[in-house]
Amino acid sequence: MPLEADAPERFPEHFPWTRRHLLGLEDLGKGEILVILDAAETLIESSERRGKKRSNLSGKVVVNLFFEPSTRTRTSFGLAARRLCADVLDFTPSSSSLSKGETFIDTAKNIEAMGIDLMVVRHASSGAPHLLADHLQCGVINAGDGAHEHPTQGLLDIFTIRQRKGRIQGLTVGLVGDIAHSRVARSNIHGLLKLGAKVIVCGPPTLVPRAIMELGVEVSHNLDEIMPRCDVINMLRIQFERQRNGLFPSIQEYARLFGMDASRLANAKSDLLLLAPGPINRGVEITPEVADGPHSAILQQVTNGLAIRMAVLYLLCGQPPQV
Amino acid sequence: MNVLRIANGRIIDPSQDIDRVAELWVQGERILGIGPQSLAATQTLDATGMIVAPGLIDMHVQLCEPGREEDETIASGTAAALAGGITSLACMPNTEPAIDNQAAAEFVYLQAERAGSANVFPVGAVTKGRRGAELAEIGGLIEGGAVAFTDADAPVVSAEIMRRALEYCRMFDKPVLTHPEDPELTRGGVMHEGFESMRLGLRGMPPEAEEVMIHRDIELARLTGGRLHILNVSTGGGVELIRRAKERGLRVTAEVSPHHLCLTDQALQGFDSNFKVNPPLRTKVEINALIEGLKDGILDVIASGHAPLASEKKTRELDLAPFGIVGLETLLPICVVTLIEPGHLTWPQLLQKLTVNPARILGIDRGTLRPGADADITIIDPKTEWTIDPKRFHSKSRNSPFAGMKVRGRAQTVIVGGVVRD
Repeated sequence: MPLEADAPERFPEHFPWTRRHLLGLEDLGKGEILVILDAAETLIESSERRGKKRSNLSGKVVVNLFFEPSTRTRTSFGLAARRLCADVLDFTPSSSSLSKGETFIDTAKNIEAMGIDLMVVRHASSGAPHLLADHLQCGVINAGDGAHEHPTQGLLDIFTIRQRKGRIQGLTVGLVGDIAHSRVARSNIHGLLKLGAKVIVCGPPTLVPRAIMELGVEVSHNLDEIMPRCDVINMLRIQFERQRNGLFPSIQEYARLFGMDASRLANAKSDLLLLAPGPINRGVEITPEVADGPHSAILQQVTNGLAIRMAVLYLLCGQPPQV
Repeated sequence: MNVLRIANGRIIDPSQDIDRVAELWVQGERILGIGPQSLAATQTLDATGMIVAPGLIDMHVQLCEPGREEDETIASGTAAALAGGITSLACMPNTEPAIDNQAAAEFVYLQAERAGSANVFPVGAVTKGRRGAELAEIGGLIEGGAVAFTDADAPVVSAEIMRRALEYCRMFDKPVLTHPEDPELTRGGVMHEGFESMRLGLRGMPPEAEEVMIHRDIELARLTGGRLHILNVSTGGGVELIRRAKERGLRVTAEVSPHHLCLTDQALQGFDSNFKVNPPLRTKVEINALIEGLKDGILDVIASGHAPLASEKKTRELDLAPFGIVGLETLLPICVVTLIEPGHLTWPQLLQKLTVNPARILGIDRGTLRPGADADITIIDPKTEWTIDPKRFHSKSRNSPFAGMKVRGRAQTVIVGGVVRD
């Protein structure tokens, strides 16, 4: 029966999941985060055994609604949805009626009316996906909203840490750089704290809001001091597009104080894991030799991102009907 | 001539220090007196269980006409005022074009007369086009009926212009109303700067942006001897600066809005732009300091800061939605539940800040039940419970943060110039 042999297999496991939207890691409980990580792990294992394609989202329509430029996240979500056999629609605001003055909620409602099951939204405004979740019937995945949250990036960072270190509990994770404007920082902080890590945020005071201490993280302005204490360091990108000018004197000075290079790495634990959510500004946050060196998991993060996004898509709309 | 007797009500008139159950008599357009009169009444209102007060005055209202009639008109705004028990209001000059000349002020009076609801007193722009560069024709505006001067929500950035404004207005004994905000410190801001803004990833507006401007303007009031009124104070630091200014004998008055007395920045968690207002909703600490400022008389006035915005402008991304919330129809009940019921203010203290104080600051002959005064009266049912439903507002706009809130206290009857209004 050649047809059956060619047909993609279903992803058989059942994971306990009740949410329709994924808006942020702050909303999730520890158990829910673990469900996503476990689902992603199962997907990676089974793809090694049975090939890449699954039919769980067959007949579903997923739309990528990206109001901000993105290469990695958008491609990753698109490929993840296709691997689950969903129909994928890509929407770019430049080619749309937004330029004709339509509000973004109306744009989303019109797209939803075409029969969308899941909307993957990226937007420069914090809270934009929450607004859509309030106004639409379909499920909404936050693919990055302003400086608020980027839950799938946080999940894939945490997934990569767990993969390399075997645990999260008890690890010390440094988030270095532009904390103030980083949605990746916020998602990482919420997720890591829930799973029992210690989090240190490190950057110049102009890029680290004082109130962040109240989340339960340590604040440092001295990268050299925290280097030997960290098991993992996540180098965040300077969000040039979200900043006001004058938050630090020059890129050169920033790189000198907070850039990751070989000499800093010499003071680190020998098994330090280095992450960067990308896109990185090479030579600013991280030198090329370090980015491509043995501590770095940058490309593995991208690979894991696909598994995390498949897991999220599957949990939000690919579950077999529950009896 | 119509002779109206309002019987059995608790008459509270802070302008005369009156608080007692008595009759209030109105003859024609004027107050006749309190207590039994020798005339026969042609009409009697029974106010048993009610508070009978001078008509409320809201000195900080945007009526949006001319130029933004999709948000509010003078007719809809004054109807909303009456529904809220407000018989007189001062309207801000942030219209299109700005109310910065005599003809524009006269237009406001004309439209208010056509609408025939609440009394409207225009506040003129202090600089031409509210651009902060040159003084507006303040003399002409006064000729046209302007009672005070401000650039409304556009802070006067230049200290030199602010100085000259205070000096020039002194000639007419008119106050300059300032919206205290250093726009450099708030640029791009969406909400109060603090834990919540950090958590939500929204740019913050620190209290200090307000306080440095209050400090500047107080010093300029000292320099010039001018009259300064500070709009919508939202910080404890601001209250302290005003307290010291008053102790120094400066001619400084101040105002607070009801939403700053009961809502905090936590309300922004749902990214609902109906909670987006400038100055922003702050914290419990600031609320407590504002309430203390009200109790001590440092804050003279409570005003709604009514800022209507059509729903298509508000229903969008929080950081892109404009600032502002409506307040004419919720001013009184929010004061009841946040100030009267917890025992922060007595009714006479509250009504002082809603009647005689704003009247004195604006220099208008209202806010009193003295014999011979215009018969503007608000009869308040202090106990009646109701649920705020913006769909039932008389205002054209629905941008209220109080939707669905259970409140107590409502204007039962309003009387404007001796005429009982529905």
